[in-house]
Amino acid sequence: MSFDAEALQAELAEDRPPHGGPWSQLGAAVVAGAVGVAGLIGSVTLGLGRLTQPGPGLWPFVVCVVVTVLSIALALVGRHGTDTEKFSRASVQTAVAVLTLLIFAAVLPLIGFEIPSLLLTFVWLRFLGKESWVSSVAISVGTVAAFYVLFVLLLQIPLPRLI
Amino acid sequence: MDGFIDGFGVVLEPANLLYCLIGVVIGMLIGVLPGLGPAATIAILLPITYGVPPVSAIIMLAGIFYGAQYGGTITSVLLRLPGEASSVVTVFDGFALAKQGRAGTALGIAAIGSFIGGTVSIIGLTLVAPVVAGVALDFGPPEYAALSLFGVLLVATVGNGGWLKAVIAAGVGLLLATVGRDTFTGASRFTFDSLNLADGIDFVPIAMGLFGLGEILYNLEERHHKLQTPAAVANVWPSRADLRQARGAIGRGSVIGFVLGVLPGGGATLSSLVAYAVEKRRSKQPERFGRGAVEGVAAPETANNAAATSSFIPLLTLGIPANATMALMFGALLIQGIPPGPQLVSEHPDLFWGVINSMYLGNILLLIMSIPLVGLFVKILKVRPAVLAPITVLITLLGVYTVANQVFDIFLVIVFGVLGYLMKKLGFEPGPLVLAFVLGSVMETAVRQSLLIFGGNPAGFFTRPISGTVLVALIIVLALPAVRALVRRQKERV
Repeated sequence: MSFDAEALQAELAEDRPPHGGPWSQLGAAVVAGAVGVAGLIGSVTLGLGRLTQPGPGLWPFVVCVVVTVLSIALALVGRHGTDTEKFSRASVQTAVAVLTLLIFAAVLPLIGFEIPSLLLTFVWLRFLGKESWVSSVAISVGTVAAFYVLFVLLLQIPLPRLI
Repeated sequence: MDGFIDGFGVVLEPANLLYCLIGVVIGMLIGVLPGLGPAATIAILLPITYGVPPVSAIIMLAGIFYGAQYGGTITSVLLRLPGEASSVVTVFDGFALAKQGRAGTALGIAAIGSFIGGTVSIIGLTLVAPVVAGVALDFGPPEYAALSLFGVLLVATVGNGGWLKAVIAAGVGLLLATVGRDTFTGASRFTFDSLNLADGIDFVPIAMGLFGLGEILYNLEERHHKLQTPAAVANVWPSRADLRQARGAIGRGSVIGFVLGVLPGGGATLSSLVAYAVEKRRSKQPERFGRGAVEGVAAPETANNAAATSSFIPLLTLGIPANATMALMFGALLIQGIPPGPQLVSEHPDLFWGVINSMYLGNILLLIMSIPLVGLFVKILKVRPAVLAPITVLITLLGVYTVANQVFDIFLVIVFGVLGYLMKKLGFEPGPLVLAFVLGSVMETAVRQSLLIFGGNPAGFFTRPISGTVLVALIIVLALPAVRALVRRQKERV
């Protein structure tokens, strides 16, 4: 597009963190290539069969050849790309967020959904979202109460629960 | 024709009216809110559709999709902040108009253009879809293999970002689709002896993880602008002079949107860009563009709505989704036990015509709501993303659990959520992956059946007229940018 879309895109993107540089590109290519190679080995083990009588591994084999070849190409030509984003201190927050989700999933079947849901929303509001204590407590209690009414009382979905 | 009329009967059932209304309201809301797009919203709401009759479910999801196109306009005009990618170009003239105190004019023109674009496109859909479906009934495995390859590769290469990464993502999607029991030989593939994976990976956790949770995690690293104070909206009705000026743009935008929406990878975003560029090129005073030209709002807003509607054609007639959101619709139909394809018109006419005709109604609802409710939507913008994030996360995690009452699915969503986040950080689009995953088993089955038909000779794909044409077209489309680059380099040398 020849009009000033690019200028606008640039302006809208100004809040994006700086791009990750050649290493992140290479890392992406290596991970994708590893998936491809692992898939290739897996497909061969499954058995390729023949074109007249394809085995279970033939189709994934073809797909993995494409993935592997393109990953190598990405490693070779993609190093100067600027479409990656640097991992910053904000990314640590994301890691913490994922951790809370994993804990949520782990304890849900043990103690029901109420307490984990309450803690999850509270932690996200207070610590990830920097909301005030009062509004964090109010919103998390309100959210869980609303979920309880909706899922348990109205829809009667068999969620694991305490009460 | 009977089906068409019966379709209105389906839409006018009170329950379906309600779902249509819910859909367009949710669509407008998320269109207004930056961050969650229509794909994420539809993904997060997939579990709800289990408990809803098929027609109502698809009517609601469709409403979310085209409703979002309306909503995205509001923030583009008032805040210079496109709620959706398809409203990015609307910012130029929309915000310029708002600065001149004519925000109402911009919103009014956009709403009218959207309505006309959407309606023209529905009429096109009504006329074209049954014909295409009729032709497609004769398609065999080779045609389906070629068409699904065409769909996946075109979406991957036309989308934003590098095509290498997009095709790799699509490849991973195809690979994920092979997990589970092979339907031909009964062998277990890539299940790592896990009972949870024995029947393959379900579409819902993949879509909810990559589009829903991935998007939320990505947005946690605040990258949104601080909101400006919205411009005041006074008179929403455009004057007659404005309408006369926008007339041509709305007409051309409808056609451009309809045509580009049908093509795989086209869709709302591309068509809004093209429609804007066409108006600017045609204009006798192109310098007005960017400084508050009414056509600059009318063209892209008309086109993105027309495209959102017409992108249903390949899905409903061929069973090939034209973009990521349509891949979600494909999944939603499969959840309901209805495989999308040419037989949809004859086997489920209530669904086919019900969904299409609901769009007429949905567009009228949107036109009625969008103008008086502008003030309300501006208020909604004040809801902080920090408050929305935990609520959407909880909906996602509990929602996916309710599908099969399995905690394993929650873990799957988290895994795919992290994958979606990492993909976005590293410049991979999750769209091609989900699309390829959805088409994966169709494609593999078609390819293997074709190989049996051709006696193991892959050249056979080129000997059948339709599959051959599709493949040649695909090669031309893929080679075109490379050829153009070569020519340009030659010219530079001379």
